[in-house]
Amino acid sequence: MPDLCPHCQKEVALDAYRICPACNHYFPLTIAQRLELIVDAGSFVEMSAEMRSRNPISLAGYEDKLKENEKKSSLNDAVTIGSCTIEGDNAIIAIMSFAFMGGSMGSVVGEKITQAMIEGALRGWPVIIFTASGGARMQEGIFSLMQMAKTASAAALLEETKTPLFLVLTNPTTGGVTASFAMLGDVILAEPGAIIGFAGPRVIEGTIREKLPEGFQRSEFQQSKGFVDALVSRDKLKQTLSFLIKTHTRKEAAHG
Amino acid sequence: MADLKQSLDTIETVVKTSYTCEGTSSWDCVLRSRQQGRPGAKTFIDLICDSFMELHGDRLYGDDPAMIGGIGMVGGRAITFIGNRKGANFKENVLCNYGMSNPEGYRKALRLAKQAEKFGRPVVCFIDTPGAYPGLGAEERGIGQAIAENLKVFSTLKTPVLCFIIGEGGSGGALGIGVGDKLYMLEHAVYSVITPEGFASILLRDPSKAKEAAEAMKMTSHHLKEFSVIHDIIPERSTEQTAQAIKETIIRDLDVLCNKPLDNLVRYRLKKIRGIGEVSGGKEWWQPLLEVFTKTESLR
Ligand SMILES: [Zn+2]
Repeated sequence: MPDLCPHCQKEVALDAYRICPACNHYFPLTIAQRLELIVDAGSFVEMSAEMRSRNPISLAGYEDKLKENEKKSSLNDAVTIGSCTIEGDNAIIAIMSFAFMGGSMGSVVGEKITQAMIEGALRGWPVIIFTASGGARMQEGIFSLMQMAKTASAAALLEETKTPLFLVLTNPTTGGVTASFAMLGDVILAEPGAIIGFAGPRVIEGTIREKLPEGFQRSEFQQSKGFVDALVSRDKLKQTLSFLIKTHTRKEAAHG
Repeated sequence: MADLKQSLDTIETVVKTSYTCEGTSSWDCVLRSRQQGRPGAKTFIDLICDSFMELHGDRLYGDDPAMIGGIGMVGGRAITFIGNRKGANFKENVLCNYGMSNPEGYRKALRLAKQAEKFGRPVVCFIDTPGAYPGLGAEERGIGQAIAENLKVFSTLKTPVLCFIIGEGGSGGALGIGVGDKLYMLEHAVYSVITPEGFASILLRDPSKAKEAAEAMKMTSHHLKEFSVIHDIIPERSTEQTAQAIKETIIRDLDVLCNKPLDNLVRYRLKKIRGIGEVSGGKEWWQPLLEVFTKTESLR
């Protein structure tokens, strides 16, 4: 069954990579689709699958919104974490889902990202995070802001234990996620054409009162400004991550 | 115009009423926290320090006037001070971007914090910003990366860090100098993930509902104390009296924190940060965190 490309408006037939053959637009991937492309078949073991959001500031309507999103996306919140192997090497993987409330980071996303990092530090396995997020989950008020500090402090622990942290930024990665763990990888990869930035384009346009230049805040822009190590096309992601895992193994000190 | 009227009403209330904010609306606190003429970081630094020397620049790109930093002497103790600067009049407001920092501001703060760690000085941060500057240059120079790096480094900085929200605590821009061992708020300060105006237009789909948004967001010092996000509220009286209360808090806390082993200090800080958030179906997390600490030590 052909898909309609939202970018070039053509009806196209997609393979497992889900890249538009006509214009190179990257369609979003579900968790299952992403796992199929990245981890060794059957190796993924999910962690904290049952964790769900509460309503910390008792905001009217938030609980209904959560239920609605659970039903619509078949997910419990905006991130899925677990252990896996990639070309035979162990890793902890976290994959965000824009489909659940715009991938926004509330207590569950903050906690699960932190758990993934702590688990990596304990097992000495590299941590790989795929981001896709509109930013903080405003419905959780100050608690959503605090998740930025929480995830960044977990990244500090990875640094202290010399555990590798690899980021793969996908479309879009903005707001509080950009200003916390997304920018703290030892290596930061991005899918081509992804929007990556802190402030939203409309907010910036409002500040400078002019239109933003072409390509502003895209992955290519972020690479040229020095904030992304490499743009990697989807079909090369697994082998790139495998290369990174193999080149970031910490050698035990000889005198250990 | 309605806003101006409200502001004037608020000033009147401030002048007339006593110390407690309880009973005043969240929106009143929002207006008070933004009041032109409200004492800023520099005012408090000058009142608290016996002497103060400002240090400029991030050593990478420039000096951000919206972020003030330097070393002050308080009762024989050297302290590194970092704070947002909004400016005291219109001309200064413009120069300081109304307290909205560019990446250079956060990188200056980071440089001074690391310098403090190196020389065993505690750090005191004064937060008063609507948020980081949402400009073209800020994005080009990595405002997200700059804030992220601060969150990471401040969370494990091996020297005591005290944070005071003295006016507006706006989003990631406030958090960028807001991670520490203790977090206090002045009584009429506010702290939130987005401005009530932003919350109103995005979630309530009506920008005119900022007042309702402020209420729903639970962003006042009393709400945040209830949530245990802050340690305590500092009552607001005259500027001099408020400064004195801040000074006493600094001296009291540093007398304790400066005598703690640095590893313990960082553990408590991380434990506090790690504990914030409400989930169901979560599992025990303190034990794994302890194990990571043990592992960290074995790597040294
Ligand atoms: Zn297309």
